[in-house]
Amino acid sequence: MDMLEIKNLHAKVEDNVILRGINLSVKPGEVHAIMGPNGSGKSTLAHILAGRDGYEVTAGEVRYKGLDLLEMAPEERAREGVFLAFQYPVEIPGVNSSYFLKAGLNEIRKHRGLPELDAIDFLALVKERMKLVDMDASLLNRPVNEGFSGGEKKRNEIFQMAVLEPTLCVLDETDSGLDIDALKIVARGVNALRSPERAFVLVTHYQRLLNYIVPDFVHVLSKGRIVRSGGKELALELEEKGYAWVEELAGAGQPVGA
Amino acid sequence: MAATETKPAPAVFQEHFAAREEALSARGGPQLHEIRRRGLARFVELGFPTFKDEDWRQTPLAPVLDVAWTPAEPPAAMPSPAALRPFLFGDEVTARLVFVNGCFSPSLSFRGEVPDNVFIGSLAEALSTQPDWVREHLAQQLGFENQPFAALNTAFIADGAAVYVPRGVTLPQPVHLLFLSSGDAGPSVAYPRSLVVVEESAGLSLVEHYASLSDRPTLTNAASEVVCGENSRVDHYKVQSEGKGARHVGAMQARQARGANYTHHSISLGAAWARHDLSTLLAGEGVEALLHGLFVLTGEQLCDHHTRIEHAAPHCRSFELYKGVLDQRARGVFNGRIYVHREAQKTDSKQSNGNLLLSDDAVVFTKPQLEIFADDVKCTHGATIGRLDEDAFFYMRSRGIGREESRTLLIYAFASEVIDRIRIEPLRRQLLRALVEHLPNGRIIKEVA
Repeated sequence: MDMLEIKNLHAKVEDNVILRGINLSVKPGEVHAIMGPNGSGKSTLAHILAGRDGYEVTAGEVRYKGLDLLEMAPEERAREGVFLAFQYPVEIPGVNSSYFLKAGLNEIRKHRGLPELDAIDFLALVKERMKLVDMDASLLNRPVNEGFSGGEKKRNEIFQMAVLEPTLCVLDETDSGLDIDALKIVARGVNALRSPERAFVLVTHYQRLLNYIVPDFVHVLSKGRIVRSGGKELALELEEKGYAWVEELAGAGQPVGA
Repeated sequence: MAATETKPAPAVFQEHFAAREEALSARGGPQLHEIRRRGLARFVELGFPTFKDEDWRQTPLAPVLDVAWTPAEPPAAMPSPAALRPFLFGDEVTARLVFVNGCFSPSLSFRGEVPDNVFIGSLAEALSTQPDWVREHLAQQLGFENQPFAALNTAFIADGAAVYVPRGVTLPQPVHLLFLSSGDAGPSVAYPRSLVVVEESAGLSLVEHYASLSDRPTLTNAASEVVCGENSRVDHYKVQSEGKGARHVGAMQARQARGANYTHHSISLGAAWARHDLSTLLAGEGVEALLHGLFVLTGEQLCDHHTRIEHAAPHCRSFELYKGVLDQRARGVFNGRIYVHREAQKTDSKQSNGNLLLSDDAVVFTKPQLEIFADDVKCTHGATIGRLDEDAFFYMRSRGIGREESRTLLIYAFASEVIDRIRIEPLRRQLLRALVEHLPNGRIIKEVA
């Protein structure tokens, strides 16, 4: 059964129509890459899945584990296992990283019928998961993302994902701004979290990330539609031909391979 | 009209004064009494401020004027020591002076061992012995030419706290002043007056806490004078957590001699209506003044922080951070005046004021007022009025944290920046807990304090 099913999704921000009929099915264990030029609607799709305000869905539906995802509050989605790794992780001065993560984790555990973790068990868990992305334990005592480098912020997203153990991971341009070493660390973390129960949707502008996180499917987004879908080789083709090729496909008006 | 007669026109306070004059004049000698009379006269001339007064434009006085106040008397029964517990922040204090309805309570107070020549006691006691430092400084720092409430407080100088730290002495633990109002004999007004003198190279940490024993209407008209000697260090904390029926107007005037370091915190969470006039005079070179303030308001509460930093000497630094959180129909005011004299070259002054509005009906007025007459200075100021950071709000919720908890955490984070600067660790923790309890849905955030 599909974990995530997006049908004919249309959305706009104020008067700008951004998504014009997205169709996408994701099964547990799969990794889907969504590629596209700037302004194609990739990040909008990621944000809508996580429940961010400011987008108006004008048509279509999104089902996640059989639930009407669009009707759920962001925290309900998180508790059901949806996780968005932010392109620009937010700094929250005054809120301790450890408190933040523990509060989120315990809400999710409560929702899953698991007992809340106390301080000691929580610490043991985070120490173990930090190793996945070489996170420095001292960052946990700082306010959320405050004073973190760009690379630390992105690693922190993957670290949070490792702690919260979501079932649907949406990564919004996690590769942007990362040098190759940081990219490898992030990719290693993501690969370690791949499992038959967990699905990934990777939103990215560049093929580079996909050298390290090999997707099962690649979808090319242009002007709010998926204009082409294929296997991992589609990313290489795109890299070679460039996004101008995609614009041509979109101009033809006919979704290909959808 | 009967209604007008019950209002506290200046005449009412003149009557209060006349009724008490004999008792007042017995305290502290003719020179002080002459000052009281001048205070009263000036108050009568000025009258109560109206919205036409620049310093009161945004601070309606109706909550003070609409009540028929009588002078506060000692309560019928003193509170039990157990009743004080919520207001204490730990046992590690040099001394604790407790005042109820403006009168010193020796039985509730405590004085630990202190070096010779240190004085920590009631102003009434200090007035009876008249040491030099009282004669020299009492009513000499706080002006009342344009401050009707300070003038009125001056007219009623009788009791309050008196602290003297001689040259070279640093008290290792804070001095805690606790001013309680009971309101049990009808709406009453008290005039606590405090004098703090810290001599050259001496050090003091002082907590001035105003609280209530009930939610009945009370008016506290407080005034404090703080004299900081050369190279002294004074940490001064004012906590206002009075009850729902309380009105509070307080004036604080510090004077800093060369090299003195003075920090002030005003944490104002209580009272229906509170106005704080906080002022320091940087009188000598190399002085540092750090002023911090926070109010967290809801319902119809009003709080006003009016600060004045007067740079009268070169090479001084001042820093101000004031914040406000306003919910429901609360009203807040920040007015930060910085006055730099012509001779105060190389002044380095920074002021910031941040406000968080949680409802459409809350209002806040913020105004920097820089008057600079020196030409080689660095003065910066900034003010913000905003709502909760939507990005942070969404980020928290996207990690599973509920809507209300996320909101409360963000408000807490905003407000705690000021409390986190408190150097007395048990007081800091107590105020963080008080903040959590004070926030809408504060109880749902666990463990943060």
